Amino acid sequence: MPPADTPPVSNLDVERYRAGFRQMCRIRAFEEQAIAAAQEKLVLGAIHPSIGQEAVAVGVCGNLRKSDIILSTHRGHGHTMAKGAEALPMMRELFGRDGGYCQGKGGSMHIADFSVGMLGANGVVGANINIAAGAAHAIRLKGEDGVVVCFFGDGAINRGPFLEGLNWAGVFQLPILFVCEDNGFAATTRTSAMTSGAGPAARAEAIGIPASTVEGNDLQAVDEAARELVDLVRGGGPRFLVARTYRLTGHTSSDAAGYRPQAEVQERWLNDPIENCRKLLEAAGVPAAELAAIREAAEAEMRAAKDEAAATGWPAVELAYADVQDVGDPRTRAF
Amino acid sequence: MPRLSYLEAGKLALAEEMRRDPLVWAVGEDLGRGGVFGQYRGLAEEFGPARISDAPISESCIMGAAVGAAMMGTRPVVEMRFSDFALCAVDELVNQAAKARYMFGGQSHVPLVVREPIGIWRSSAAQHSQSLEAWYAHIPGLVVVVPSTPADNRALLKAAIRCDDPVVYMEHKNLWALEGEVPEAAEPGELGKARVVRAGGDVTIVSWSAAVHTCAAAAESLAGAGIEAEVLDLRTLWPWDREAVLASVERSGRLLVVQEAVSVAGFGAEIAASVAEALHGALKAPVRRLGAPRIPISYAPPLEDKVRVTEAMVVEAVRSMTAAAA
Ligand SMILES: Cc1ncc(C[n+]2csc(CCOP(=O)(O)OP(=O)(O)O)c2C)c(N)n1
Ligand SMILES: [Mg+2]
Repeated sequence: MPPADTPPVSNLDVERYRAGFRQMCRIRAFEEQAIAAAQEKLVLGAIHPSIGQEAVAVGVCGNLRKSDIILSTHRGHGHTMAKGAEALPMMRELFGRDGGYCQGKGGSMHIADFSVGMLGANGVVGANINIAAGAAHAIRLKGEDGVVVCFFGDGAINRGPFLEGLNWAGVFQLPILFVCEDNGFAATTRTSAMTSGAGPAARAEAIGIPASTVEGNDLQAVDEAARELVDLVRGGGPRFLVARTYRLTGHTSSDAAGYRPQAEVQERWLNDPIENCRKLLEAAGVPAAELAAIREAAEAEMRAAKDEAAATGWPAVELAYADVQDVGDPRTRAF
Repeated sequence: MPRLSYLEAGKLALAEEMRRDPLVWAVGEDLGRGGVFGQYRGLAEEFGPARISDAPISESCIMGAAVGAAMMGTRPVVEMRFSDFALCAVDELVNQAAKARYMFGGQSHVPLVVREPIGIWRSSAAQHSQSLEAWYAHIPGLVVVVPSTPADNRALLKAAIRCDDPVVYMEHKNLWALEGEVPEAAEPGELGKARVVRAGGDVTIVSWSAAVHTCAAAAESLAGAGIEAEVLDLRTLWPWDREAVLASVERSGRLLVVQEAVSVAGFGAEIAASVAEALHGALKAPVRRLGAPRIPISYAPPLEDKVRVTEAMVVEAVRSMTAAAA
C-alpha cells in the first residue's frame, strides 16, 4: 500500500516544467538584481523589466534549437536568457563593463548573443519585425530548416513594419513565428486606447497568417502552443501567437506607473507566472522545498552575477573606435 | 524675471500658444500622461485630449497626419520623444512636409513643428543619443531650431509654432532641468538671430544647443588667462545668422565652431566653409572645428565620453589658435 502522502498521479512532464520553472526564476532574479543595481547606479541606462512576462519567453524559447534565431525588443532580458545567454555577460552589459555581451557598448536595450541565435534587443519599437523577416528569408535562401521567432509588444502592432514584415513573411512563406506579448501597455498608454479593431491576431489573420492566442502567464499553455507552432513553421510558413500577459513593473525601472491603479497591479500579481508554475509542479508532486530551493539558487546565482559584474572594470576606451566599419575605419580617420 | 527650467519654459510656450490660437494642437505618444520627459505634464488637463492628443506608436503616421492637418490650416506640434525615433518618419518630413509648398506651386503651407529631442544623455547608447540637426539643415523647406536656454526654449518654440514653414525643433535632453531667467514678456523670438553669449575680441566661438554651455565655461577660464573669446549661440541652424558670425570673425580674425554632433558633414562644416570663403583675408588662424568623432555613441561611460567635446578641448583649441598667430 502506498504511503498516505504519495503525490497525486500526474502525467505532467515534470522534468520539462521544472527546467522551465528554474529558467523563469533565473530571469526574475536577474531582473530583480538589475533593478536593485539601477537604484545603486550600477546600471546606467534605462532598463525595461519583463517581470510577469517570463512564461512567454521561456515557453517559446524552450521549443527552439540553439541554431534557431530570435529577435527581441527593448524588454528583452527574458528572451535573451531563455534562448541560452548567460547571466554574467548580460549583467556586465547592463553595467557597461568589460566582458559584457556587446563589450559594454550597447547596454540593456541592445543586448545580443549571436552565439545562441539571439540577434538583438532593439531600441526602436517594431524595427525588429522586418529584420526578423529578413533573417527567415536567409534561412529559406540557404535551404536550412531553422526557425525565426520575432518577439514584440502590443504597442508595436501600430507601427508600419508590422504590416510590411507580416506581409513579407506571408508572400515568401517564411519560417517565422511572430510572438506578440500583449501586456496591455505601451509605456504609459493603455494599448487598447490607441489600437483600432480586434487586435494583433485579427490583423495577422487579415494578412493571411494563421494566428492563435494563449494565456501568457501559464507556462504549460505557452509551451504547448509554441511547440505546435514551431513545428508548423519549421520548413513551413509563418504563424502568429498572441500571449496575453501583464507588465507587473513600470515601463522602465524608474517608472512608478502612477497611471494605473494599485489595485489592478495587485490583482495581476495573483496571476504571477512563476507562482502559477510553482503550483503546477507542486500539484504534480514536486516537493515545495525543492521548488523553493530552485528559486533560492536562482537568486544566489544572480546576486553573484551582480557582484561580479560590479567588480569588473570598464571596457578599454579604444573600443569606442572599434567595430564601426572596415572601409573608412575611424581608427584610421575619425574626423 | 521668473526662473524656469528649460523643460518648463517649453511647456509654457506651448500652453501660451494653445491659449492664443485654438488651431494649435500637440500629438505624440504618451502625451496624455505628460510625455516621456514630462514636457506636457498638466496640459491634457487644461486643453483636453483632442488638443493634447495621444498617438499610437506610429511615427510615420504621426508625422504624415501632421502634414495633412497642417495643410488643412491647423498647427500641429508633433512630439517624436527622441530624434532617433523621428527617423521612422523621415519620408513624411523630408519628402512631404518640406517640399509640399514648393511642389504645389505655393498653394499650401505646412505649418507644423516637430519636436525631436537630441543629444547625449548619460548611457542612452547609440539609438537614443544622436544629434542629427545637420540632416535637416540640408533639406530645403525646413527650419531647424536648436535652443540652449530656458528663455530661448520659450521664445523660439513660440516662434516655431507661429511659423508657417515646417520647423524641426530640437531640444537637448540634457538641458531639461537647466534653470534660467525667462522674461515676463510673452513675445516670440526671432528665428535666425544668434545670441551673443559673451563678447570678446580674440576669437569667435560659434556653437548651439548644449555645447553653448561648454563654450561659455571655456570662455570664462580663457578670460582668466587673458584671452577674450566671443561666444555666439546660433539658436537656429536654418536660417543661421551668417551676418552675426561674419561680423564677429571679422573683428576677431579667428573662428572655432563647437558642436556635439559628429563633426564629419556636421553643420560646423557649413559655417567653417562660409567663413573661409567670405573672410579668407581677415583670418589670423586657420578655422577650427570641434565635434564628435565619426563613431556611434556607446553605453559604457568611458567610451561614451570619447564623443564628448569638453571644456578642456575648447580651451586647448583656442589656445592653439591664438598661440599660432602670436
Ligand atoms: C519607434 C519608436 N517609437 C517610440 C519608442 C519609445 N518606446 C519605447 S518602448 C515603448 C512602448 C512599447 O510598447 P509595446 O510594444 O507594447 O512593448 P512593451 O513595452 O509593452 O513591452 C515606446 C513607445 C521607441 N523606442 N521606438
Ligand atoms: Mg505592451
